[in-house]
Amino acid sequence: MQHRPKHKFEFYGEGLPGIDLGELQGRLIVIEGPDGIGRSTQIGMLKSWLESNGHAVLDTGLTRSELAGMGIEQAKEGHTLGPIALALFYATDLADRLENEMIPALRAGFIVLTDRYIYSLIARAIVRGAEPEWIKSVYGLALKPDAIFYLRANVNHLIPRVLRSPAGFDYWESGMDLHLGDDRFDSFVEYQTRMLAVFDSMAEQYGFNVIDATRSIDLMYKDLQRRIGRLLRGI
Amino acid sequence: MQVYGEHEFPGKLIIVEGIDGSGKSTQLSLLGQWLRREGYMVFFSEWNSSPLVKATTSRGKKKHMLTPTTFSLIHSTDLADRIERHIIPPLKAGAIVLADRYIYTAFARDVARGVSPRLVRDLYKFAVEPTKAFYFRVPLDVSLKRILGARAALKYYEAGMDLEMTEDIEESFRLFQGMIRDRYEEMVEEFGLIVIDATRSIEAQQNEVRSIVERELADVPKHAVVNLGPE
Repeated sequence: MQHRPKHKFEFYGEGLPGIDLGELQGRLIVIEGPDGIGRSTQIGMLKSWLESNGHAVLDTGLTRSELAGMGIEQAKEGHTLGPIALALFYATDLADRLENEMIPALRAGFIVLTDRYIYSLIARAIVRGAEPEWIKSVYGLALKPDAIFYLRANVNHLIPRVLRSPAGFDYWESGMDLHLGDDRFDSFVEYQTRMLAVFDSMAEQYGFNVIDATRSIDLMYKDLQRRIGRLLRGI
Repeated sequence: MQVYGEHEFPGKLIIVEGIDGSGKSTQLSLLGQWLRREGYMVFFSEWNSSPLVKATTSRGKKKHMLTPTTFSLIHSTDLADRIERHIIPPLKAGAIVLADRYIYTAFARDVARGVSPRLVRDLYKFAVEPTKAFYFRVPLDVSLKRILGARAALKYYEAGMDLEMTEDIEESFRLFQGMIRDRYEEMVEEFGLIVIDATRSIEAQQNEVRSIVERELADVPKHAVVNLGPE
């Protein structure tokens, strides 16, 4: 592995107690973007590429924590948690993964690729009526990533992608809990439009690298490869 | 979302706080019986009672998976669910909601575990500010005698064993209860907690609690508040 320039992580806010940021060696890379945009495809390809270049990679994503993952899935199954409780359940999941997965991996020098991060969680909470300053302060516990790639496309581009999946319009991805439309399609359009607006409003504050996701999988991949390559060379 | 201090409801939220063995639950139950007899709609909300979140909390506790941060977050998830489901709707309907432990329990425990006081207060901004918050003050040796005399086994997190102060669970519990008591004492002024001397007789404490609550009841409805809006 190439030797890397001196690197220092920061938290967004007060952070997690008992963590020595100076010990963290790896890189934290976030892939964000709406449902069906192809995040997991890109992560799979990037992981193979990075590993073949000799980097150790941890890939993780929402609700994969040992502590809270199952509970969140069950709560979503029954559609019974209120918006604030659900937002905090996700925060528990993220904190558990940060403390037990991502930070240990970074300490060991891994490249952590995460399929979504706090930005999706903040956007979902805001769209559901949470006070923006409040939910952003909750995520003061999170590490600032080295790069945030936001795969962006308008709602018209998302619809054909959703229709390609056998599940079609998912309850949560259509924001059905918000009662925005007569059916899942109407609701999906309204919900994703609102999510997109919140995401766009966060782009500058959090420094998103916007990736045009209306292009082919291959072109997007080349673009991400180029940017991540540059990041790892410390340029 | 409305934040702490902004909510306005026809109902009232009365909460009790204090270390284990302070007798607060007994007092709350007696208060509830009196309010019901007086004809008010009364709704009890217990700490740690959200069925959906409970499974995760129990697993985390059983397997010792919780750090101070995740302990704090999972309890805030639980309280958020209680507030959204069991506190705000009855308050809107005009009920007197009685809560055994509230956000101050979280503030006391989490800060004792090393979570930053500001962070945990920010976390709970979604909470409804109580109409009255009673703090049952009791000397440590009295409460410890009540708890340790009556109960067989202390639990890992309840005794603060995760703080690794000592291997002896009973000693750890004593130390942890003392730390929580200190945090409560600091909050009396900050949140205007009403201090009840919990060494007095049960009857004397209950009379004091009732007379304070009574002053809040003038505009409390004895039937559901339903605003059907314009025709």
